[in-house]
Amino acid sequence: MYQFNYHKPTSVEEAQALFKAVEDGMFLAGGQTLIPTLKQRLAAPTDVIDLSGIAELSGIEVRDDRVSVGAFTRHADVADSAEIRRVLPVLSALAGQIGDGQVRNRGTLGGSVANSDPAADYPAAVVALGATVYTASRSISADDYFKDLFETALEPGEILSRIEFQCPTRAAYRKFPNPASRYATVGVLVADFSGDIRVGVTGAGPCAFRATALEEVLREQLSVEAVETVEVPDAGFNSDLHASAEYRAHLVKVMTKRAVADLLKA
Amino acid sequence: MSEAVVQTGIGASVKRKEDLRFITGTGRYTDDFNVAGQKYAVFLRSPYARARIEDIDVSEAANVRGVCTVLTGQQMAEDGLGDIPCGWLVKQKDGSDMVSAPHPPLAATLVNYVGEPYGLVIADTLAAARQGAEAVLTDFAELDAVVDPAEATGSEQIHEGVSDNLAFDWELGERAATEAALASAAHVTRIDLVNNRLIPNAMEPRAALGSYDPGSGEHTLYTTSQNPHLARLVLSAFVQVAPEHKLRIIAPDVGGGFGSKIFIYAEETAVIWAARRTGMTIKWTADRSEAFLADAHGRDHVTHAELGMNEAGEFVALKVSTTANLGAYLSTFGSSVPTYLYGTLLAGQYRTPNIYVEVQGVYTNTAPVDAYRGAGRPEATYVVERVVEQAARELGRDPAELRRFNMITPDQFPYDTPVALTYDTGDYQVSLDRALAMIDYDGFPARREAAAAAGKRRGLGLSCYIEACGLAPSQLAIQLGAGVGLYESGEIRVNPTGNVTVFTGSHSHGQGHETTFAQIVSDRLGIPFDDVEVVHGDTGRVEFGLGTYGSRSLAVGGSALMGAADKLIAKGTKIAAHMLEADPAAVDFTDGSFVVRDSNQALTFGEVAFAAYVPTNYPTELEPGFSEKAFYDPENFTYPAGTHIAEIEIDEATGVIELVDFVAVDDFGHIINPMIVAGQVHGGLAQGVGQALLEHGIYDEYGQLITGSYMDYCMPRADDLPDFRVDTTVTPCTHNPLGVKGCGEAGAIGSPAAIMNAVADALGEAVAMPATSEKIWRVLQNRRTA
Ligand SMILES: Cc1cc2nc3c(=O)[nH]c(=O)nc-3n(C[C@H](O)[C@H](O)[C@H](O)COP(=O)(O)OP(=O)(O)OC[C@H]3O[C@@H](n4cnc5c(N)ncnc54)[C@H](O)[C@@H]3O)c2cc1C
Repeated sequence: MYQFNYHKPTSVEEAQALFKAVEDGMFLAGGQTLIPTLKQRLAAPTDVIDLSGIAELSGIEVRDDRVSVGAFTRHADVADSAEIRRVLPVLSALAGQIGDGQVRNRGTLGGSVANSDPAADYPAAVVALGATVYTASRSISADDYFKDLFETALEPGEILSRIEFQCPTRAAYRKFPNPASRYATVGVLVADFSGDIRVGVTGAGPCAFRATALEEVLREQLSVEAVETVEVPDAGFNSDLHASAEYRAHLVKVMTKRAVADLLKA
Repeated sequence: MSEAVVQTGIGASVKRKEDLRFITGTGRYTDDFNVAGQKYAVFLRSPYARARIEDIDVSEAANVRGVCTVLTGQQMAEDGLGDIPCGWLVKQKDGSDMVSAPHPPLAATLVNYVGEPYGLVIADTLAAARQGAEAVLTDFAELDAVVDPAEATGSEQIHEGVSDNLAFDWELGERAATEAALASAAHVTRIDLVNNRLIPNAMEPRAALGSYDPGSGEHTLYTTSQNPHLARLVLSAFVQVAPEHKLRIIAPDVGGGFGSKIFIYAEETAVIWAARRTGMTIKWTADRSEAFLADAHGRDHVTHAELGMNEAGEFVALKVSTTANLGAYLSTFGSSVPTYLYGTLLAGQYRTPNIYVEVQGVYTNTAPVDAYRGAGRPEATYVVERVVEQAARELGRDPAELRRFNMITPDQFPYDTPVALTYDTGDYQVSLDRALAMIDYDGFPARREAAAAAGKRRGLGLSCYIEACGLAPSQLAIQLGAGVGLYESGEIRVNPTGNVTVFTGSHSHGQGHETTFAQIVSDRLGIPFDDVEVVHGDTGRVEFGLGTYGSRSLAVGGSALMGAADKLIAKGTKIAAHMLEADPAAVDFTDGSFVVRDSNQALTFGEVAFAAYVPTNYPTELEPGFSEKAFYDPENFTYPAGTHIAEIEIDEATGVIELVDFVAVDDFGHIINPMIVAGQVHGGLAQGVGQALLEHGIYDEYGQLITGSYMDYCMPRADDLPDFRVDTTVTPCTHNPLGVKGCGEAGAIGSPAAIMNAVADALGEAVAMPATSEKIWRVLQNRRTA
């Protein structure tokens, strides 16, 4: 780790002001991505701005058919939240599959979605659950949020404050974990909004996306067999020593089928 | 025998003494030792697989605040330090010596693998040392790297004087007879195998704390070693860091080794050299990334094997050709692992009369490869048990039945194999039968059908392994090229109050010697278990030792302690006889007492010990004191053997393999502590599962390690493993006083073949290790589209 100045602001405003004032600042949330990066000396911020003291970034709020989760909410809290389990159980189930107990006790929703690791789980939920990403000054719809590998619509210094998820009639998430890292080699979340189907895919491409071809056939007929009729091309998919693009494309289909089966069972 | 000893003696599952300190955080590992004013070292490591060092500019680094000095390989060479030697000289086919490339602890002019150290920065703090290391500007001229062992002989020459990158071309067995038998065999099964490269990953990374006392001239090195005396010997006699009597090596609590901490490494050597040179106490603790790059790796073989059978299915000949990747330099035992610890095991449990093996050991621009849990024997088992399974498949014979048909039978021991070993004892059929019963072999077809109904392909695979451990008869080992004997020392010091301190040259880094060795001493001397303290891992306290590897500790180190105990009893008998005015020949030692036969006259062990230190009524011809030591040199290897059976299921849709059941029945001879033995088997099996299904050390074509962290190197986790079902059978070793064989490696030796045979059974064809889901899916997919 290189040396840096440490700040712990108590409001989003203060945090953003600090970011502007310092030479090369970085926000710290749960630290599950940032701290290893710092330890490996792959990042060298002059200033680290810890978001853990900002009360307004925490909290879970359920309103009608929406759930708003503060950016600083830990994965474990989403997994264990009785409220979320009641209205949006798929999100709790997804959060409960992130990393291990230690990671879930530290890592946060905002950290994960701001970071946009191609293999992260939450982004599948963001796109499939038609979420809205809120910052201090604006809201960004899920479809406009993920741009590319580790690239999002957030501007430098912009703090993700909360994410509002829409609650579907039913939904299911299926993850094919990378055997080594246990991140998602492929993760698929299928959500049924009274017949309007949304399919969010993570792990396969440079960032999370909606599988529109799958959505279309599933809107016609929500069944495992319907998935079989769709070609999932592997163009642009990730390829690494754990899974080729071709295998990932295949897994997208398999995970979609399994999610659909789960969803129909629910 | 007193009840206390029954509960803690030989055969009792005594809870491990050492665990209290380990689980309460009071263990003391190398990094827990600190000396006021100590400095921190960070190594300069090659970013290239092969390069010439043109220039090292340390001026900027020297100016970093807190940096004390930067030392390089050049300075080490100027100080006249010797190369790190390979401890085993292998003779080639033509009788010439293997070709050992010079291995300076710190590279001076050429670097030959990514992560190879060529200097170190010493600073007041770790952060300053890191900063300093980053500020060193090294000018490298990159050279083409040789990475693939299968192509190494035809590639660019890595080391001057090593043509074809060939360290040795070795053989064992009768080539002509084997080829003739193959030529006339009714059926020949041919197989090509890759034994995947593994990276050891002990929980505690390597570390060193070196200091030099100018007053006494003593060098002290705390380090993560499995064999501190061997390290001292090599550092003194070969590397010439310091004379042996001025060098103390302490290997305190060590968090796992699996072989990787046997070897003499560059970093530990450089730390003690730098301490002497600078007068500073220097600490270095590897981080995980360094461990991946610079710990010796394991396995990495490419093999072709042919097994010939007659009409009846009897094995008539086995011919094996292997290319073994040795990495950039010959590590301490790098040459012996793919030769004498491999070729000699190719008879397996079978009567195959003709065996021939040839091994080409090649240099590549990768980290050195050396012993890793099992060391050569997992590779041998993998060859034998994969080719036998394949043969059964080709002949349409039941794999268990074909094995049984060819096994050495109990009446054939001692059995001379065609590959230089003499198996002393065993009963392989008994282990096979037990394992088949435990797995419910006959019920497998029904389980397979049930799985198929659920979209799963189920497979069952056997592996009937044998290994040679309890290394080793010294004269034989030296004759075969070992640089040292492989005996062990043991000392029992009885204190005047009757409790004892035991000194062993074995080293415990997870095995539990402090418990098992206390059990055997307590059992033999009839004293309470808690009255026995076991000391190991310090050249300043233990006379000599050759350390722990090759499942040798109990068979060799434990036997040495039995020798010391026998000497104590002999002396105690004389003392007791004198005190009881009896003929020593009429005094027996039983249940911790010296008893005059057919009388009620007796003295306890403690009373005799006290008399030896307060000699009032004492034989004049005897020296006072009650302390004995013994060296034990085994007359043969020990031969644990057994049957492992795996059942796996393949998810048709994804190719994911689930290991659903695993049975291991092992013959380790007599067992001192069944709980510890079960733990050793479980750990070994976990590593075997890792090799078969998950782990793979991969370098890219430029020699960059692409599995350099847990993000990519897949270590087995608890949820990857089934609830192992283990059992033991017993044929006692015939030639050591405890009748023990050793259990540390069997799990890792037997299991990969069992799992991969199960995969082949389920899939209908074999795949290479590790059997990743994509590999399996591709096989199924190709079939679907074909
Ligand atoms: C061993 C391990 C296993 C893991 N497994 C998984 C897994 O299976 N699935 C998965 O999805 N993830 C996994 N993760 C990642 C984990 O979920 C992290 O928590 C997450 O990626 C980052 O969240 P964080 O709160 O720790 O953020 P940090 O590491 O603190 O920050 C990450 C990045 O986001 C920025 N940031 C943080 N909060 C905000 C904000 N509110 N606004 C703007 N920018 C912000 C930071 O500046 C930084 O650049 C794993 C991590 C580890 C260490």
